[in-house]
Parts: sequence; structure tokens; C-alpha cells
Amino acid sequence: MFRNQYDTDVTTWSPAGRLFQVEYAMEAVKQGSAAIGLRSKSHVVLACVNKANSELSSHQKKIFKVDDHIGVAIAGLTADGRVLSRYMRNECINYFYTYESQLPVGRLVVQLADKAQVCTQRSWKRPYGVGLLVGGLDESGAHLYYNCPSGNYFEYQAFAIGSRSQAAKTYLERKFESFMASSRENLIKDALFALRETLQGEKLTSSVCTIAVVGVGEAFHILDQETVQALINEFEIAGEEAAAPDQAGVQEPAAADDQAAPGDQGAAPTGDQGAAPMDM
Amino acid sequence: MTKQQANWSPYDNNGGTCVAIAGTDYCVIAADTRMSSGYNILTRDYSKINQLADKSVLASSGFQADVRALQKVLAAKHLQYQHQHNKQMSCPAMAQLLSNTLYYKRFFPYYAFNVLGGLDHEGKGCVFTYDAVGSYERVGYSSQGSGSTLITPFLDNQLKSPSPLLLPARDAVTPLSESEAIDLVKTCFASATERDIYTGDKLEILIMNASGIRQEYMELRKD
Repeated sequence: MFRNQYDTDVTTWSPAGRLFQVEYAMEAVKQGSAAIGLRSKSHVVLACVNKANSELSSHQKKIFKVDDHIGVAIAGLTADGRVLSRYMRNECINYFYTYESQLPVGRLVVQLADKAQVCTQRSWKRPYGVGLLVGGLDESGAHLYYNCPSGNYFEYQAFAIGSRSQAAKTYLERKFESFMASSRENLIKDALFALRETLQGEKLTSSVCTIAVVGVGEAFHILDQETVQALINEFEIAGEEAAAPDQAGVQEPAAADDQAAPGDQGAAPTGDQGAAPMDM
Repeated sequence: MTKQQANWSPYDNNGGTCVAIAGTDYCVIAADTRMSSGYNILTRDYSKINQLADKSVLASSGFQADVRALQKVLAAKHLQYQHQHNKQMSCPAMAQLLSNTLYYKRFFPYYAFNVLGGLDHEGKGCVFTYDAVGSYERVGYSSQGSGSTLITPFLDNQLKSPSPLLLPARDAVTPLSESEAIDLVKTCFASATERDIYTGDKLEILIMNASGIRQEYMELRKD
């Protein structure tokens, strides 16, 4: 993707029928640090890499509780993500106030998608630079959705976004068929394995990652550091020379479960880079 | 030419009485469960008590539709607070929130007579009493509702709180033990039930202390 004369405005089409500003917004998501989501019939696990800028600073919050039954993991411009989380929380609170029942996840993601679409069709706005993995529970079961800056959204069995997410997606593509029937513990284990893939050799410890779970009878909550470290030790996945050779190298992004991967409109992903400045 | 009067009121009084007593390490909140309208009883089993947070319990008599709406607004505000601050609201914070929420509708008030009870930062019992538009005060005990005129003089006799104007500031909490306070509350309601037609059926008591919250019930006269 290179600069061209159709990319100044979000309201300018290119002759090939592309909105470059929207695509650039999706690039911002790819530059953010990785976030992963997986779901079974009764649980959804969200996991993300949490790297602080320097030893002196705290790390960016990337997983937000939206309601007891919904949580979101973000990648990209975390400030945009924070604002959207606040919107989602308010929507849940207002829905509960009116109907005295939980806002179904599917409804929330549509509202979110419509909100994102507005920013792709106003000359005085810019698209949100954040991708959201929305995990939640409602009467029809456990759901994982991915909301894109373009205003598109898809439901997934498992998905990964952000930098080096391709490595995680490769792992998830191999294992996703077993997720639906997976137990809560195995789901978390798979999340940790997938997360480790994105670290590309670095040691997986609870200080670089955040895990959150929501399930039947279990409100959305972020697991505390000790629990995560205990799980990592239990699954013996800290070391990079793991018994399971998950390094499958570069693979074509095949579709994950329900829908075709949204992909970017024609633009080939420009190789993986480290966590970009914009993530913080 | 006499002034035209409204032939419809947006309010109704569903009656009932609420009482709360603060102790050194507990708080007792009680309310009867009768809901009436005029001379009729609508139900004998309606709870006027609502737990707003870990350490805050609200008891409200008056127009129960407004009470319910008020409870919902406070619950929503509390959820927002929890999202922002990652913790539950303290009882004094909830007290201020309730006051602001009531005053917000200064010109079409919630017809709710509230007593907020809970534990403060030090674990001591606290009781806040309100009027319909949010004027509030922390006290050692309080009673609101149709039976309050019968109960308050009795509580004054048993528990008289030091005035908040006194210097040095004196503790508002009662020296009574938890079980003595519960017995006192039961006595209050048994007496109020005798003479107030809107109070009776059943008494619901919530006792809050360091170990948590528990509920007790007592039958009251049904006439």
C-alpha cells in the first residue's frame, strides 16, 4: 500500500472501488500488539499480549469488561478502544434499565459496527483505529465476534488480531475444530499456546499477557497474575523449545469457521513487525 | 371563581414504614411488606428494601413506582461507577449519589421517603435519612413512612442521638448490641402496626455487619 491521490479523505473512492482511509485504519489494527479470542459452547476466552513501553511504565489495558456477560479485547489505537468500551458499557446498562435483561451480544456488535460505519461516511470524521474482539454469552450460547474499523463484523470460533497474529491464527486453524466441545481449562490452555506463538520465541510469563474468561455461570473477569502464571507452569508452555512444534512458518490465511476472513480489500499484509508506537 | 384543581395526580401513596439503626459494627434496616392504595391492600408481600452495593442498603416508602424507578437509576449509576473505579461504591458515596439523584428531579420529585443504611469506611454502621428532594443527614437511627410518626418518638426515647451541632463531634452510633437493636426494631413495628393501618403483614429485616448481610422476617398483624 503506497500513498496515492485518493487516500486523503475517507469520503473519496479510488477508481478501483476502495476507501484507502478505511484500509489504513485497518493497518493500525495490524500494528497493535496481539489479541486472541476463542470460544467453546459455554465459554469464551480472550487473551492478549501486554508489553509495556519501558520498564518504568505500566502496560496498556487491552481487555475491558463491558458487562457481566460481555468482554472485549482490543488491538490498535487503544484510546479509540477505551472510548468504544465506554460506549458498549453504556449500551448494556441502558438496555438492562429498559428491558431488565442482558443485551444479547449479537445486538451489541451490530450497534458497534453501525457506529464504525458512520465514521467511514463523514468527511469530518475518521475511522476508529481499533479492532475489537467481543466475547460474550447470551441465550443462544457463547459468541466471539470481530469488529473491524470498516464497520464489518464477523462471528468466529477463534480469531487473532494485531501484530504477529498470523502465527496465532495458524495454531488456531489447526485446533479450532475441537474448541466447541472443549473444557474451560483446555480453552484457556489453547489461548495461552496461541498467545505464545505471537511472542516468536520470547518467554511466556504472566507479566506479558492478560487472560479473561466468560462462561455459563461465570461472569466476565480478568484472571489475576498468579492464576495465569500457575496455568502457564501447569501447561509447561513457558519455554520456546516446546514439545509441540507450532512454528509452521508463513501460511495462507485460511477462513476461520463461519465466515471468510474479512481480510483487507485486496492489500496484501505487509509482513509482521514489532509492536508499533501507535499501540500505546 | 375558585382556582382550578387537578383531577388527576401522578402520585399515589402505597404506605408502609421503614426503620434503620446504626451500631458500632453493624447496621439494621427494616421495613414492613404491606403495599396499599387508599383503604385497600394491594399485596401483603412487597419488599421495600433494595441492596444497592456491598455495603449499602436502601429502604424506601412512599409511591412504589417511583421507588422502583429510583432503585433502577441508582443501580445503573453504580454499575458505571464500578466500571470507572474498579470497586464498589462506599455507603457515604452512595448517600451523596442518592441525594443528587433526588434533587435532579426537584421539580417533579420521586415520591420516595428513603432511609439508606450500611457500613462506612471504618466498618461502623451508618444511617442516612432523606426527604423527597434529597436533603439528607447522617444519623444514628431513622424512621420514614406512614408509621414514622409513631416510631420516631419511641426511638428518640430509646436511642437519642447527639446533635450534629455539638462540639466536639460525638458518635451517632448506638451503644446497643446487634441483637438488642433487632429486638428494638421488632418492638417498633409491632407497636406501629397496632395503630397505623398502612403498616403490617410482615416485617423484613436486613442486618449488615463485617461478616456480610443476613435477613430475618417477622409476622405482623394482618388487619
